[in-house]
Amino acid sequence: MSEAAALPRVSPQPAVATEGRPVRWVLTALAIGFLALFLVLPLITVFAQAFAKGWDAYRAAFDEPDARSAIRLTLTVAAIAVPFNLVFGVAASWAIAKFEFVGKNLLVTLIDLPFSVSPVVSGLIYVLLFGAQGLLGPWLLANDIQIIFALPGIVLATIFVTFPFVARQLIPLMQEQGNAEEEAALTLGASGWHVFRTVTLPNIRWALLYSVLLCNARAMGEFGAVAVVSGHIRGLTNTIPLHVEILYNEYNFVASFAVASVLASLALVTLVIKSGLEWRYSDELAAGARRH
Amino acid sequence: MRAGELLALLGPSGSGKTTLLRVIAGLELPDRGRIIFGGDDATRLPVQERAVGFVFQHYALFKHMSVAENIAYGLNARKRPGRPDKAEIKRRVGDLLDLIKLSGFADRYPSQLSGGQRQRVALARALAVEPRVLLLDEPFGALDAQVRKDLRRWLREIHDRTGQTTIFVTHDQDEALELSDRVAVLDKGRLAQVGTPDEVQEAPASATVLKFLGDTIEVEAIAEGGRVFVNGRPTPVAAPPGLVGPVKLYARPWQLRFAEPEHAHVEGVVRTSYRTQGRQRIEVDRAEGKTVVVEAANSARLAAGRPVGLQIVGGHVFAD
Amino acid sequence: MPEPLRPRRRLMQPSVIPGFGLAFGYMLTCLGLIVLLPLAALVARASGLGLSGIWEVATDPRVAAALKVSFGISILAALTASTFGFLVAWVLTRYDFPGRRVVDAVVDLPFALPTAVAGIALASLYAPNGLVGAQLAKLGIQAAYTPLGIYIAMVFIGLPFAVRTVQPLIVEIDREIEEASATLGADRLHTLTRVILPPLIPAVLTGFALAFARGVGEYGSIIFIAGNLPYVSEIAPLLIVIKLSEFDYKGACAIAVIMLAISFATLLAINLIQAWSRRRFGYV
Repeated sequence: MSEAAALPRVSPQPAVATEGRPVRWVLTALAIGFLALFLVLPLITVFAQAFAKGWDAYRAAFDEPDARSAIRLTLTVAAIAVPFNLVFGVAASWAIAKFEFVGKNLLVTLIDLPFSVSPVVSGLIYVLLFGAQGLLGPWLLANDIQIIFALPGIVLATIFVTFPFVARQLIPLMQEQGNAEEEAALTLGASGWHVFRTVTLPNIRWALLYSVLLCNARAMGEFGAVAVVSGHIRGLTNTIPLHVEILYNEYNFVASFAVASVLASLALVTLVIKSGLEWRYSDELAAGARRH
Repeated sequence: MRAGELLALLGPSGSGKTTLLRVIAGLELPDRGRIIFGGDDATRLPVQERAVGFVFQHYALFKHMSVAENIAYGLNARKRPGRPDKAEIKRRVGDLLDLIKLSGFADRYPSQLSGGQRQRVALARALAVEPRVLLLDEPFGALDAQVRKDLRRWLREIHDRTGQTTIFVTHDQDEALELSDRVAVLDKGRLAQVGTPDEVQEAPASATVLKFLGDTIEVEAIAEGGRVFVNGRPTPVAAPPGLVGPVKLYARPWQLRFAEPEHAHVEGVVRTSYRTQGRQRIEVDRAEGKTVVVEAANSARLAAGRPVGLQIVGGHVFAD
Repeated sequence: MPEPLRPRRRLMQPSVIPGFGLAFGYMLTCLGLIVLLPLAALVARASGLGLSGIWEVATDPRVAAALKVSFGISILAALTASTFGFLVAWVLTRYDFPGRRVVDAVVDLPFALPTAVAGIALASLYAPNGLVGAQLAKLGIQAAYTPLGIYIAMVFIGLPFAVRTVQPLIVEIDREIEEASATLGADRLHTLTRVILPPLIPAVLTGFALAFARGVGEYGSIIFIAGNLPYVSEIAPLLIVIKLSEFDYKGACAIAVIMLAISFATLLAINLIQAWSRRRFGYV
């Protein structure tokens, strides 16, 4: 999910079109209380637990070579998966939003599909394809290619779970913008690539940045799908979330939460930039929200 | 299409006029037929190489570029040898800004302009590439009435000054007749008539052309010996040679006159009357149910419900 | 001269916009290799089992218990998420209060926070010695390592779906219809239940379905708090992982296919809700 819902100002309303003051107050308190208990408290817990034994214990979690290799692996995976989905998303939305052809709705549904598949199943399908018992397993083994329990498998599973992010943000926006500006540029003699660079790209840049941001957050934080394909080999195929799991299961809570706090900080930064973008470019991003 | 002329493509919505314009521009591919520019077949020429200037109905200005950048776009998009240098582009943009009377607006963005100003920027952007033909799609469609009138006059002036061969699409008869050198009337994707505004008004090629050019009353008539009879009474309308038997007679509101019952071609009852711009318009319910509009010089107001007779003093006849 | 314009049925409308072949080809290649081929591998593997084979796995007591836990609790959690999601969406769009924008941003936290991080945070919070868990323990309630813990985690991850599907529609409600209702003599409660709520029902249902689908498939945020006791608090996705680690591909495939079928059914239900909404209310 990557819905950008712009939050418009609350316009002053006549008394007949709103609830009484006490009702408003109670409902607001209820909503904020619910969010505080269910969403904010867990977030605070992450940082509270991470620093429960002080700064030195926190720091120590990152001196572990396994933690460092997990961070390195996660950055590598995101550095491959995010650009891949960026290029895919732009190509898919160009084909779908700028042209009329039969079967378009089916394609959009198929692109959205990974969002409705359980992360564990997302990992499983790659094991079934590339694992030792998988369809291509014997062939891969014969050619000494390792995909499952190795970097390629983790990258593939990550690409799968973040597959729709960019496309689903751009398709509605580009459909709303139409082809008029591109056609105008063509009549003025611009080549196709020039049109894309000077007209289309500037029109979608904020939505693109927005979707890449969310795609990246998910890519770095993915757990279920990666857990299935990684094999949990310490120092080799452990990403940050998997490392968090291992430390937690070893009752090494401080280290576990310390490493988790890196991901939580990433989530917070993502949310802040996301809100900033929504606030500043609500028109462009709202197209994605209207797609329900 | 003659070089230097201002041609209006006129037709009701759905008549294919915008499609034709887009086919000329190379934005759409024709199912059949060919596009010829000055003797060269341009049918297969890609849109970038047609050297057309297209002004879109909703302008399609580049939102993220300033007015000057919009106008310079076509020049900047050219490949190296053909691209003018920076100073030359700046000079041309300046000239065009003068032409569209927006000299102080070079650094504004489209969102900071009014509808009429955007329209002029779109025109300047199209003219910047020195097109062989300028194509305007409903150039005044999205503007309010007063701006529309000013821009019409201004477009005619620009055309007279630059001699730019121009085609514009409109569904507004007045606009087409007032502005163009010649009018091409389109009907269901076919060219119904091409001619000067006078020609299409005085000698419409078909009932459709005639009906589209203004309000008409349609009456069953009989043609005989070069004359046309309605309700058994002769009219001053001449039948074209060879047209005999039941025909349709079409008259304009000003080609009807109130008459005594013994001279009337059509009878009916006054529904309502109102004054508009110094003329009086009277709506008359005809006996067989249709309502017709009659235009008369200012006279006493006719009370609703009053029976009247109408005499036809002019019009055109076409086969049924 | 143009020939009469006949609308023709074509696979593809011709267009002067360049790049269709490249973009379309690239899209189809990626979609095929990344999404369709692996999913086909699953379906192929499962069809090898046959319906009877899948049924056999599904009726295994431990698997049946896990499916029941996953589906039953995610329905309850989705109900809670929809109810509070509606409340949150309403308060955020209708009432002005300090920090409104921050609260709005907080709603997306479960989208942004990695599931494993949420999972360990919830587990430590609701553990008997945790901040909330200790309070609940005084009331004789144990949340962590019971089905209640699964429910809490599922509400957490389902909430943003519920809020974000209804919120844009509440924004778009025409204030005049509320005023019209008031001028016709309706009190506020009547206006809310008869005028405002009915057009929002499709969105609420869609939000419910999305939260449900997410809850059924969720793994990371649940396994830490669930306790994972077979027959009691073991969820279906975890059972897939267990079967895989035991090299029981048959069992893993069967459970995965059942879950995939539920996903598709939910997707279909959402599409039907939206089609109905478009017919009935003119929007989605």
